[in-house]
Amino acid sequence: MIEKEFTCVVCPNGCSIKAEYAEEKPHKLVSVSGNRCPRGETWVKQEIEAPMRTFSSSVLVRNGDFIEASVRITDPIPLVKIFDVMAEIRKITAEAPLQIGQVLMENPAGTKTKVIVTRNVAKIQ
Amino acid sequence: MNKFYDVIIIGGGIIGNAIARELSRFQLKTAVLEKEPDVGMETSCRNSGVLHSGINYKAGTLRAKLAVRGNAMMDQLCSDLKVKIKRIGKLTVALDNDEMSGIDRLMAQGKENGVPGLRVLNNAEMQEIQPGVDGIAAIWSPSSAIISPYGLTIALAENACTNSVEFFLNTNVTSIEKTDDNKFIITTSDKNIYKTTVLINSAGLGSGKISGMLGVTKSNSGESLKIWPCRGEYYVLDKRLEGSLKTLIYPVPGAKDAGLGIHLTPTVDGNILIGPSANYILEEMPEDYKVTSSVLEDLRREGQKLLPDIKMSDFIRNFAGNRPKRTPPEVGGNGDFIIEEADGVKGFINIVGIESPGLTSAPAIAEMICKMVSEKMPLDEKENFVSQRPGFAGHFCDLPPEEQEILIKEAPDYGEIICRCEKITKKEIRDAIENNLGARSLVSIKYRARSGMGRCQGGFCTPRIVRILRDEYGYKPEDYMLREAKSNLFFGNVRESE
Amino acid sequence: MRHERHNLVVIGGGPAGLAAAVAAREAGCSDILLIERDRILGGILNQCIHDGFGLHAFKEALSGPEYADRFIQKLRALNIPVMEKTIVLNLSKDKVMRISHEGEIKEIEAKAVVLAMGCRERTRGAISIPGHRPAGVYTAGTVQNLVNLENIMPGKTVCILGSGDIGLIMARRLTLEGAKVEAVFEVLPYSSGLQRNIRQCLDDYGIPLCLSTTVIDINGPNGRLEGVTVAQVDEKRRPISGTERNVPCDTLLLSVGLIPENELSREAEVSIDMITQGAVVDDSCMTNIPGIFACGNVLHVHDLVDFVSMEATKAGTSAAKYVAGRDGASDCIQVKPGRGVRYVVPQKITHGKNVSIAFRVAAPSCESVIQIKRGTEIIKEEKYSRLHPAEMVWVDLGDLDMSNTDDLEVSVK
Repeated sequence: MIEKEFTCVVCPNGCSIKAEYAEEKPHKLVSVSGNRCPRGETWVKQEIEAPMRTFSSSVLVRNGDFIEASVRITDPIPLVKIFDVMAEIRKITAEAPLQIGQVLMENPAGTKTKVIVTRNVAKIQ
Repeated sequence: MNKFYDVIIIGGGIIGNAIARELSRFQLKTAVLEKEPDVGMETSCRNSGVLHSGINYKAGTLRAKLAVRGNAMMDQLCSDLKVKIKRIGKLTVALDNDEMSGIDRLMAQGKENGVPGLRVLNNAEMQEIQPGVDGIAAIWSPSSAIISPYGLTIALAENACTNSVEFFLNTNVTSIEKTDDNKFIITTSDKNIYKTTVLINSAGLGSGKISGMLGVTKSNSGESLKIWPCRGEYYVLDKRLEGSLKTLIYPVPGAKDAGLGIHLTPTVDGNILIGPSANYILEEMPEDYKVTSSVLEDLRREGQKLLPDIKMSDFIRNFAGNRPKRTPPEVGGNGDFIIEEADGVKGFINIVGIESPGLTSAPAIAEMICKMVSEKMPLDEKENFVSQRPGFAGHFCDLPPEEQEILIKEAPDYGEIICRCEKITKKEIRDAIENNLGARSLVSIKYRARSGMGRCQGGFCTPRIVRILRDEYGYKPEDYMLREAKSNLFFGNVRESE
Repeated sequence: MRHERHNLVVIGGGPAGLAAAVAAREAGCSDILLIERDRILGGILNQCIHDGFGLHAFKEALSGPEYADRFIQKLRALNIPVMEKTIVLNLSKDKVMRISHEGEIKEIEAKAVVLAMGCRERTRGAISIPGHRPAGVYTAGTVQNLVNLENIMPGKTVCILGSGDIGLIMARRLTLEGAKVEAVFEVLPYSSGLQRNIRQCLDDYGIPLCLSTTVIDINGPNGRLEGVTVAQVDEKRRPISGTERNVPCDTLLLSVGLIPENELSREAEVSIDMITQGAVVDDSCMTNIPGIFACGNVLHVHDLVDFVSMEATKAGTSAAKYVAGRDGASDCIQVKPGRGVRYVVPQKITHGKNVSIAFRVAAPSCESVIQIKRGTEIIKEEKYSRLHPAEMVWVDLGDLDMSNTDDLEVSVK
């Protein structure tokens, strides 16, 4: 059994939650204490059993007024998949102009998310 | 590769560059060999930037003679080379009656040395110069001044370069041989060979080592030429405090002190320095510029004692510089400069132990060396010697608005600010990048343009200068250096293009 | 020199300036000019490509550039003129400024000015780390700019000093780009970053956060950083002898605090609060100089951009009222930090309408009560399960009776 303390990030209360979970993978939550609301338990369960994350990165841009454009994924993906998705993002070179929200890639590395542009990049002549 | 010169100067510090600039008036083939990627990277750019009057040096010494003469030459030199200088004078203060004997001694010495304008002031007269200053009496030396030490060092080199002196940067001398026909063969770490008739050793912290390469370990009068590096640490204070110091204020020095004591020095650009400390360091590491927590703590305490208005947020940077001293720790004090043609090695001019007042003495040393060279070979003046540097002293932001407007019309890059703290424009950054010595590190740009010297310490302007170098000068990530070779700033791109 | 006049000049086109300009226009102010020193609007948000912005303002987790774009769209729709690549060289208390704009120096006179210049990072020099001075020591924000805007990788093996949010964010970004982040060192016994960032930027990647630990020496005699010496510190933040260890690394990121950028404010004789290092303002965000307002990180360093926008909206609205001659200030109530509170903004209340105050506590605590007293009378008590210096606290006080000029005091019980 593993005992671990989490500071809940669901709301500003930041409860200090003690969780117990089984050692063998995939981890299974056994018990929680210290959370002041049920959302804390749901969050800890998710964090232990299958944490999900969003993240941001950048891609190279051809003929743009910026040499890179920032991107992010729209929907959370399993934490363990982040490096696989990064490998896909690294392969992208986008052509200016780019608009915020423009989709550059769908379902990278078998995940259910989109990679979208988060910076407007104008084309230079 | 073989290169032949009339004169070779080893060491592109303030002394080497002053000599190079002086010799560039004449029809000589002159070269400067500098081991760093830019001139002035050691002692010359790492000091208080003070021009001394000459009261502190024993009468009859070279230090006394050359400081007084050098000081007197500075106004013309700075006007020609467009270097900022401010004659703010100095108070050497006695705090109590015990220190009055020091005042009398310095006053007599100063008069004997021919220092102009000296007066002893009482406390009331001191207040007129610097309100709030402590002490019962002080010597007022009006010829004491502040100057940009890197400004002058670089200006001398660039002007010498304009006048055809060749500068070889990143060129470290590894051996020197004397040939039968009285020439010198110099080999460098990049395996180049340089040949010269007159060889001048102005290698500062390395001058003892260079002299040793020719077997010269003692001066003509039998004194050791060994260099004892002695570190001085400094704090740089925010410009917020500009104006709180109207003049230089020094304590009366003890005879055995290695320096002139920790004090506050205003800089020509509006900062205040606290320092320098004086700590001997290992001889085998003369260029160790580490700052130490214990000295920094002392400096903070001393500084706040001298200027109670200093707040923690006013400390914007610290740095160290090392003095090439000739006196070992157990002796202390200062040795005199050694400037002479070595007995038995004709044509080899040694300049060793140039600590303070080296900056002040530089033009006078150059004058003296020029005379020594003239005894070796005829010096015929060039017709096309360019004595003036173009442009203006200081920075664009210091100019009156009317002049700024004219300049911006001529060069619109003056209208774009790159360093927000010091208000340095793109034109000034570009001029710095395009210096004729070919020094291209970030520190080289900083010493010339002043970018990154302000309170954000380059946080804002570094990415902008990086962009200018990439977009307009074709820099790749591996080309960016902070200072010396191997001081790589970056490790490639985040994304490599296909 | 050309001379221009405007009703309102907003200095700074980051989140504060954008929201202030938009709010001023929406409050009826005509002839607004927004001045930005960079080539594009958005300020520091342009380099903050991570998500999590706008959770309060838009109920969405946007990246920095997207958050800025929401306001830039509004600005464009309202036809507010913008001067990019423009630096304000100086500012007088009469609200006359000299600016440098695309090869021209101009003089501009304004009826009101909103200061929204943001803040800068504290540097190595400011915290006096001893040692060598090699390449490879950067502030976290500079690295964020280089990585996210200039495609430059500053290093491969990284230590971070300071657990401020930018440092945490960069720990993750550099890890995802293939760097090895060895650890984050924090001199305080608690982190100064948001919990969410510690979880998602450090814990997720196994990056240790070493509390009560600092860098005491920088080792790099050959040009590039080779390692740092770290040591644990006692309660007075002095290194504990015997706890020193060397951590090899080629890069040190400093995330050791932000300082409001008030050089222009000082020139205009704006009074500065010693603690916040920002202007002393009233509840309309006006400084001691009539018609000069301040908001965002130039006023005090915020934790979330959403609150910057909120504060700037108030400043913009107030500036519009000032221009229209409807200021309505009355007698002044002083607002003071009491026990357990580091600072409170605003420092005074002169209008008393719909007042909200922002403050930071001095130390972390649990199950504590924030108490606001007016003279001896307790006017508000709120219970907090968790208070932390890294997080700002906002308390709404509603309308205040301005005939009573007793001081307000905010304290933690």
